Amino acid sequence: MASGLQLSREELGAVYRRMRTIREFEDAVHAEFSAGAIPGFVHLYAGEEASGVGVCMHLDERDAIASTHRGHGHCIAKGVEVGPMMHEIFGRKDGLCGGKGGSMHIADLSKGMLGANGIVGAGAPLVCGAALTAKTLKTGGVAVCFYGDGASNQGAVLESYNLAKIWDLPVVFVAEDNGYAESTASSWSVGGSQTGRGTGFGIPSREVDGADFFGVYEAAGEAIERARRGEGPSLLHVRLNRFYGHFEGDAGTYRLPEEVEAARKNDPIELFRQRVIEASLLSAEELDAADREISAEIRDCLAAAKAAPMPTEADLMTDIYVTY
Amino acid sequence: MTDEGRRPQRIPNWWDEEDSTDKPASRSEEDIMADIQPITMPKWGLAMEEGMLARWTVDVGAAIELGQEIMDIETTKIANVFESPVAGVLRRRVVDDGDTVPVGALLGVVAGPDVTDEAVDDFVNAFLENFTPEESGEAGGPVPETVEAGGRRIRRLKAGSESGEPIVFIHGFGADLSTWMLNQAPLAEERPVHAIDLPGHGGSGKEVGDGSVEVLARAVLAYMDAEGLDTAHLVGHSLGAAIAATIALEAPDRVSGLTLVAPAGLGPEISGDFIAGFIKESRARKLRPYLEMLVADPDLVTADMVEDVLKFKRLDGALAALQAIAAANFDENTQRVSLRDRLGGIGVPVHVVWGEADRVLPASHAEGLPDNVTVTVIPGAGHIVHMEKAGEVNKVITGAS
Amino acid sequence: MSKKSYRQAINEALRQEMERDERVIIMGEDIAGGTGAAGDQDAWGGPMGVTKGLRPQFGGDRVLDTHLAEISFVGAAAGAALTGLRPVVELMFVDFMGVCFDQIFNQAAKFRYMFGGKAVTPLVIRTMYGAGFRAASQHSQCLYPVFTHIPGLKVALPSNAYEAKGLLTQAIRDDDPVIFFEHKAMYDEEMEVPDEPYAIPFGEANVTREGDDVTIVAFGRMVNFANQAADSLAKHGITCTVVDPRTTSPLDTETILETVEETGRLVVVDEAHPRCGMAGDIAGLVAERAFDSLKAPIKLVTAPHAPVPFSPVLEDIYIPGVARIEEAVRAVVEHDRKVAAE
Repeated sequence: MASGLQLSREELGAVYRRMRTIREFEDAVHAEFSAGAIPGFVHLYAGEEASGVGVCMHLDERDAIASTHRGHGHCIAKGVEVGPMMHEIFGRKDGLCGGKGGSMHIADLSKGMLGANGIVGAGAPLVCGAALTAKTLKTGGVAVCFYGDGASNQGAVLESYNLAKIWDLPVVFVAEDNGYAESTASSWSVGGSQTGRGTGFGIPSREVDGADFFGVYEAAGEAIERARRGEGPSLLHVRLNRFYGHFEGDAGTYRLPEEVEAARKNDPIELFRQRVIEASLLSAEELDAADREISAEIRDCLAAAKAAPMPTEADLMTDIYVTY
Repeated sequence: MTDEGRRPQRIPNWWDEEDSTDKPASRSEEDIMADIQPITMPKWGLAMEEGMLARWTVDVGAAIELGQEIMDIETTKIANVFESPVAGVLRRRVVDDGDTVPVGALLGVVAGPDVTDEAVDDFVNAFLENFTPEESGEAGGPVPETVEAGGRRIRRLKAGSESGEPIVFIHGFGADLSTWMLNQAPLAEERPVHAIDLPGHGGSGKEVGDGSVEVLARAVLAYMDAEGLDTAHLVGHSLGAAIAATIALEAPDRVSGLTLVAPAGLGPEISGDFIAGFIKESRARKLRPYLEMLVADPDLVTADMVEDVLKFKRLDGALAALQAIAAANFDENTQRVSLRDRLGGIGVPVHVVWGEADRVLPASHAEGLPDNVTVTVIPGAGHIVHMEKAGEVNKVITGAS
Repeated sequence: MSKKSYRQAINEALRQEMERDERVIIMGEDIAGGTGAAGDQDAWGGPMGVTKGLRPQFGGDRVLDTHLAEISFVGAAAGAALTGLRPVVELMFVDFMGVCFDQIFNQAAKFRYMFGGKAVTPLVIRTMYGAGFRAASQHSQCLYPVFTHIPGLKVALPSNAYEAKGLLTQAIRDDDPVIFFEHKAMYDEEMEVPDEPYAIPFGEANVTREGDDVTIVAFGRMVNFANQAADSLAKHGITCTVVDPRTTSPLDTETILETVEETGRLVVVDEAHPRCGMAGDIAGLVAERAFDSLKAPIKLVTAPHAPVPFSPVLEDIYIPGVARIEEAVRAVVEHDRKVAAE
């Protein structure tokens, strides 16, 4: 059984850096979006870092993930570089997707990141396909689907539970329940429970506290190992809090101010710091140094993204087909 | 022509005729009958089920000779002149210009001048009464088969009698055994006739090694070995003629005669445009101009002919085979193979036949050949002279074998 | 070369491509038939028997019966294509596409563009279309215009068995998502089809008849009707060029425009509805780019803007037929002759 405290100092350092990178990245995007520098709309993962990182710490280059409209955190957790991501969010020609995808469609297939997705619930069937590839080609790979509580009501997701089960696919369904489908509370919109739904399809299912990196890491490890052993799909119900609104610009009036305040006090990164410092695994000085480095890195990539060239008209009609 | 026209109401057959007083008393009905000869829609190639009599080129009452061009016939595959298989006076045109009828249908009647009109009418009526078109498909005639030879899959069409010196037909670059559709059946009457698809072509395996004439020649020899053909008269067209000549030089005891139709290897020039265009174009409308380079009369190139070439080129491995063969044998407008200086060393009769208007390999290559080579240059024909002037080429082949 | 039906030609293309490339897998409802049951594990070989025999040859790992839930298995095929397989998914009737539009329109079609040209999605969706089976409104539609509309998708409409084998082979080898439309009334139609594998390039129209008077552009099964009309009209001195575009995306606009420039007249025959369909699309193309060549107004022969009816009497009226095509051709030929006479 994978226990987070068995991670090496190096691994714990990597966990912290990834979570902190996500936070810095999202805070920077928040500020830039507010200033009107980013086109379109963005959905931020701040507050949910322990979920993406806790799951992806178990994954390697064989494995694939599908993400959601709130995808920046999953990208970083799966090892996608922040520079090209930032360029993409700014719509630049040298962005990860050439400026054609934007925040909601960031993908890096070379890293097994099958894309953020603008369609709620659409990742679940895709992950079944990625798992089918792994199973058919015997790569040993596992496919993970991140999806929200809103998506958990989509037929695409419920069908995928069944398909993954009957085809015995190496899939892990990670229901990231931040309490709201846009502005609608999951306590109202989700009938039954996430784990009850999984169990109903014969899929081993667990609920974990998404603020606790170690809890997520342990539960995800169990599910991913089960998949790698060829024992089929699992489901994790991760309870989370998002620090920002559904999208940037969301006044968030459906939440009470004290609810948001309480969520921010239950910060997964702060909880992780306390835990590793208390256990004398990492020092506050090391972690502060990492903070400074990451802060500088994000600052630099932001400046570079703003200075990067835009696509030109010639780019409009490329990348539609391989051949046409 | 309507069905009613072709299938009249029941009229007594000529042998039912009771009143024979009009017939010359000195001759039996059998004799008269022997004088009445049907001209029927020929079967040009396996796929042909019907043909259109485009136009008669002789009038009723005209005396026609064996082999005289008497009409133009068009099928979906080919348009061509039709040479009379019989001699006599054309007494009836049963089918009119522009009508399409099944293979075997009566087109006209030839009879001697002393045969009465009634006897001719009776013959026509009897024929129409008894004629049923061949079922669609390949009932009857020979069909191509695939055989293993020298580790290759070779498709061939074998026809004709068991006895007689066999002929092996070897097609040219990009073609297949169907190129001999107007030659094989007439020649098969007196000898076994094999037409093969070269490696890389038609229904044969698409592996061609380095694509050289030598590799292809070995494949043909392997076919002869597999078929137990100790010797054969080789008839080759274009690159196939270079292959035939190479076999005659390398394995002289296997070749009893050689007919080289518009042969490659007798001079440096070749139309590089033809080769390049033939390989490159994948659309019918773009390919057609290149296929028209094969003939003197571009109207002979039918849509089906173009589509058949495209169907071959689409087969897995076909394009790579063509490219390899082209690279081995042609360098733009120059041929790499040169057999001209070696023809004099061939010990069997060599006949070269060329279409005067050949735009792929110039007929001037037929000039100044060694004394052991008989040359026939046919006016009004292009590179596929064996299709355009099949009758004349067939005469050259039968004269030579 | 031997006579094969449209069904056999498709089966042969699948078999040969599965033999050639082990990344090719097929999936769909009942494509083997009998999975999980006690009896024959190749019980159906597809609802129309198209995939019969493939399960015994390639096994259950490459011939996958799915559950009856299109979103997930079509989406899984898209995800498998994105990650290294070459799936051919059978979506029984094109009418069911509505169930899984998202997986096709927003996922498979968009990956390459959204991901900046880094995605390759070699997905084929085989589906049945067309009227004539007394199958009524939810099993008879011709929805190819809907897919043709979406950049990122390719759309193939084989008009006979030869075309079916070659176009499906191309579809499977193609690195872009292809929607492959099989007309349900054509499965038993036979013709000579090579035994060897071959691919017909997309975007290259087939000119099935050559004539001087009218260009007929027709799609799928309608190509055969157009050929019959052309043959019949030829006996009356009207010769037609018949263009089978083979694929509506990519569309061989060049051949269409060239042949219209030669004949000066255009009839488009489409079994789909007239609004936002291929007939209107081709008419628009010619009106925009070959207007000066036209000697007569363009005529469209399409199904009406009505669902496909059940009653045989109504369905037979609904489907564009040879007589309607001939009538349209005669009308465009007579038009400018009338104008000239006046």
